[in-house]
Amino acid sequence: MTIVRTPEELENLKEKLVASSDPDRPRVSVCCGTGCRVLGSMDVIEAFRTELGSRGLGNEIGIVGTGCHGFCEKGPVVVLKPSGIFYQRVGVDDVAEIVSESLLNGAVIDRLIYVDPASGARVIYEEDVPFYQKQQRLVLDLNGDIDPTNIEDYIAFGGYYGLSKALHQMRPEKVVEEVTQSGLRGRGGAGFPAGLKWSLCREAKGDTKYIICNADEGDPGAYMDRSIMEGNPHRVLEGMIIGAYAIGAHEGYVYIRNEYPLAVENLRIAITQAEEYGLLGQNILGSGFDLSIHIRPGSGAFVCGEETALMASIEDRIGEPRPRPPYPAVSGLWGKPTNINNVETWANVPIVIDRGREAYSQIGTDQSTGTKIFSLVGNINNTGLVEVPMGATLSEIVYDIGGGIPAEKDCKAVQLGGPSGGCVPKEHFDVPIDYESLQELGAIMGSGGMVVCDEDTCMVELARFFMDFVQQESCGKCVPCRLGTRAMLDVLTGITRGLGQEGDIEYLEELGRQITASSLCGLGQTASNPVLSTIRHFRDEYEVHIRDGRCLAHVCKSLILYSIDAEKCTGCGRCLRKCPAEAISGAKKEPHVIDQDKCVKCGTCLELCKFDAVVVE
Amino acid sequence: MVTLSINGQQVQGVDGSSILEVAREHGIEIPTLCYHEALEPYGGCRLCVVELKAPRGPRLVASCVYPAEEGAVVETDSEIVHRSRRMTAELLLGAAPNAKVIQALAARMGVEKPRVSLSDNNCILCGLCVRACREIVGANAISLVNRGFTKEVSPPFEIGSNACVGCTTCVFLCPTGAIKLEEVLANRSVHHWDSDFEAVACKICGDHYLAPELAVDVEKVLSEENA
Repeated sequence: MTIVRTPEELENLKEKLVASSDPDRPRVSVCCGTGCRVLGSMDVIEAFRTELGSRGLGNEIGIVGTGCHGFCEKGPVVVLKPSGIFYQRVGVDDVAEIVSESLLNGAVIDRLIYVDPASGARVIYEEDVPFYQKQQRLVLDLNGDIDPTNIEDYIAFGGYYGLSKALHQMRPEKVVEEVTQSGLRGRGGAGFPAGLKWSLCREAKGDTKYIICNADEGDPGAYMDRSIMEGNPHRVLEGMIIGAYAIGAHEGYVYIRNEYPLAVENLRIAITQAEEYGLLGQNILGSGFDLSIHIRPGSGAFVCGEETALMASIEDRIGEPRPRPPYPAVSGLWGKPTNINNVETWANVPIVIDRGREAYSQIGTDQSTGTKIFSLVGNINNTGLVEVPMGATLSEIVYDIGGGIPAEKDCKAVQLGGPSGGCVPKEHFDVPIDYESLQELGAIMGSGGMVVCDEDTCMVELARFFMDFVQQESCGKCVPCRLGTRAMLDVLTGITRGLGQEGDIEYLEELGRQITASSLCGLGQTASNPVLSTIRHFRDEYEVHIRDGRCLAHVCKSLILYSIDAEKCTGCGRCLRKCPAEAISGAKKEPHVIDQDKCVKCGTCLELCKFDAVVVE
Repeated sequence: MVTLSINGQQVQGVDGSSILEVAREHGIEIPTLCYHEALEPYGGCRLCVVELKAPRGPRLVASCVYPAEEGAVVETDSEIVHRSRRMTAELLLGAAPNAKVIQALAARMGVEKPRVSLSDNNCILCGLCVRACREIVGANAISLVNRGFTKEVSPPFEIGSNACVGCTTCVFLCPTGAIKLEEVLANRSVHHWDSDFEAVACKICGDHYLAPELAVDVEKVLSEENA
């Protein structure tokens, strides 16, 4: 362990680390993000250790367990360095062969390489995988290279240089100015300019100030912040230390979901290591600046992602939002001026400072600079974590990076920003993704959840799903949110069950507008967005549900009927045997019949029938 | 002092007052449910919303918690205010259809029947009882628990708490009659919280009215005064 007391010592440490690691030394990078862990990457990495150990290659070939590489669809992902050979869906059984064939002989194992489903091309190297080619990895760039539990890996790649520059070459005002000029906007969803937020807190009266990292990522299907903290926690810490210096805070909190055990663990390790290296705590890098950072695990409430509820939770009070003003910048945690940014925003800060505002602001668009990380989920071929420059289009993300929709189905829309966001229909996929353009479409950037919906998605049911989530997660303090979201859920549930009535759509619109206008906090003010945006873009689907009692996507069970086409049915009995409700009858080699009273509409017969005889209406 | 405009009228208020306080001082009526002048404002019922046209408007804000700022332009009677209040009243009527105060409120807002029936629980979660128990009585015997539609007022762990001193302030403040008190001679119980205890009798009139915990304090105060 080395205590780094000056910028020169940081430089020396980096040079020493770079010199001691031969860039040509063979290494195995195994993704150990949560997704790949679930798929068995910890066993894979252990198998590599055993295999290399038994061959006496433990010192010659390095093994790095890294954070999330992003291509979760194909995990566990293994990349061989320096060659860059990319292996996907690697199992324990593949390890011996990878060592003997690829690491020792340089051969490529055919069955483990990635085949692009679009072109059928066989892709050997990571950099050629289409999923990565259109991305611009600014925040996630080191995720595939560094061991997140080793601070020296981060330093070897230039980590803490931004901090060193801020502390020793810039006055705090200058740091705020730099962040303001870079155009960095809050990545938590609303896109408030980060520099402006900092300057409000910096200028607020008071000797004691706090900074908070909002790591309470709660949108269903979103795991951007999780992967940053799991894969590169030091970048978040470095951003926080720079921010604290700029604002004049000496104490900081990371409010993190306790459902993210690996992120909590890696962050704890990172804090301890940064303290040991003199990069956190007293007299950071010999500058005289002090900062301590505490971890506050959350208690599982979605609403605690809201700034004021989050602070109440840190103060050990009920996680309920409070009205603003006073704004946290003036009166926040324990009544002191407080600056809250989310994980991705903090992680951008070292990049802004290290590379300078001009270099940073050249990425993205004029109004929305830098990159944005999205978690691409839903009906998409390449599920995973995607980082693109602001201004990229949805079409690029869904088709070029995401590889399109499985089973060659058509795409209908993308739901952005989770339960607070809205959907963007396919017609608008060429609109650049920036804060303003999305708002015009009735969607929001949000924190980065991107749920792709194929043609079989019922947009009414999608809206009902998000409304169910929001009404459960509403804190219940104010009437429009507590009762309004419940009323919306009741109406939506009615529509999906065939009980919709004329006037329901107009009621939903009016109720939605009032919940937005009258609710206390951001959760309520955005709760209606999924409903309002699906009505806006898919009003005809609502109308067909209500007027005709039909669900064209065949999702709403009360509105569909399964039947068997007597002409196509061969009477093979396959469906009859597997029907869980025993609703199908018919003699052998005679057309079968579904008893509608017994049918539970599970779709098993539809999946099983080899003769396309099962019809859904 | 701050000067602001409410419904086109220039009015003045003490620094730090809320829009609601200034409005009421000038005889401008704004409906409220969860507000009580003796308690910290809560901003929960949203009936007191007003239209803030400037600064940074137009938008709706809850007047009980929004500070009266210099130069603010406020409308308490505009169409968007009425639409919001009507919807709030309708939702409340759908959740507490039997509460007299809600029926009257809904009638005043022109709501006849709620479009969605949500429950028939008289408690509207205005939080007056909880705040009074904490801020005035200092007993902290009850609090708001759970989230969303399952939120309710409850003693800790839903067990009758001996922190309740039976002062009945909650019963007195509850606008909908959701909290009921039963007094049987020497016994006093607040149904909602399962609190039940013998009351101490007054030495002069003989009525039982005081919680045993409070009797100690009263005796102390009286003895100090007599000394």
